[in-house]
Amino acid sequence: MYAQMVDTGAKRLRSLDELSPEEREFQARIDADIKIEPKDWMPEAYRKTLIRQISQHAHSEIVGMLPEGNWITRAPSLKRKAILMAKVQDEAGHGLYLYCAAETLGVSRDELVADLHSGKAKYSSIFNYPTLTWADIGAIGWLVDGAAIMNQIPLCRCSFGPYSRAMIRVCKEESFHQRQGFDIMMTLCRGSAEQKAMAQDALNRWWWPSLMMFGPPDATSVHSAQSAQWKIKMLSNDELRQRFVDQTVPQADYLGIKMPDAQLKWNAERGHYDFGPIDWDELYSVVKGNGPCNRERLRARVEAWEEGAWVRDAAMAHAEKHAARKAA
Amino acid sequence: MGHEWPLWEIFIRSQHGLAHKHVGSLHAPDAEMAVKNARDVYTRRNEGVSIWVVKSADIVASSPGKKEPMFEPASSKVYRHPTFFPMPDEVKHI
Repeated sequence: MYAQMVDTGAKRLRSLDELSPEEREFQARIDADIKIEPKDWMPEAYRKTLIRQISQHAHSEIVGMLPEGNWITRAPSLKRKAILMAKVQDEAGHGLYLYCAAETLGVSRDELVADLHSGKAKYSSIFNYPTLTWADIGAIGWLVDGAAIMNQIPLCRCSFGPYSRAMIRVCKEESFHQRQGFDIMMTLCRGSAEQKAMAQDALNRWWWPSLMMFGPPDATSVHSAQSAQWKIKMLSNDELRQRFVDQTVPQADYLGIKMPDAQLKWNAERGHYDFGPIDWDELYSVVKGNGPCNRERLRARVEAWEEGAWVRDAAMAHAEKHAARKAA
Repeated sequence: MGHEWPLWEIFIRSQHGLAHKHVGSLHAPDAEMAVKNARDVYTRRNEGVSIWVVKSADIVASSPGKKEPMFEPASSKVYRHPTFFPMPDEVKHI
């Protein structure tokens, strides 16, 4: 998802009687759906896992501005340009809500950003793919934001108060993103044969990476059990992925384009779509830094940070000078 | 790296005459920039008609460790709620 393969530090799930009295009380609060707030006692591993998860989520929002920002100057009309700018601005906002939520856990935003730039912190694999045509902007809104919503709606109920509140805000805004993407796809699919082919090509390239966003299969996901017990992961990777496939295939049917998967087919017995195997080696390779755009994305972030340093310093110097003058 | 911009807590009053409500926080060098940033971060969809910004460091909060002595006294005083007093059906408008 926007947060993939988050390390919990747990090798296995401990049983209730292996927990300390404090941990047991903490788990009881979570089981009773009482929100954990920043100043409450929490196990160190819960705090660290949340910092990893929320910051990874925040970094994804910020890095996710790059592939879409690529098309702002070349949007096909003024209306599309204004919409895309509003969408990209929302992503910046979502990143900021999330950094703030992470900061309540006692880490500073500058530290989090430094971890992104050094490669220590990750962001979602999906943003390491290039946006080659305008149709990619449609496909991202429809599929990538669609997948994000799938994951974020359950997170509105997660156990950590500030994260849950940030997710509620994000979800309210995200559905505009998905709809504007679908609207672009619809326009292309109702257009000329070339435009429809462009939409199909974008779907071909974004479909599998979108399914990878949900993370590795449950069977190989070691940290999911701990995160589920802490209620910072509400549904499993495979459950979310299946829901996403089930909801998206009929939408592609409506558009008259096809998922690039020969094995995709409705299974009446299961009440779900069956789909072909996912190339997990590709996901692991992208997460390790070897996707088509990993280096470019990180370079763009570091450059923006370094070239903006003088602005941040000047603003701070100005504020300090005025505060000093006021005090005198 | 220079030092980080301070953190501000943001309060927004919505259009419906309710009190300012905490919506989140953000970084800004000074109060004026905090208000401007708050407009862009927290009111992109007409969420508010007024913004307050307060430096996070200036907020004094009750201690979560003292939650019980702080709030428990209220829970035994059920007579503070109108439903504590059953009213006969014949009595109207009360």
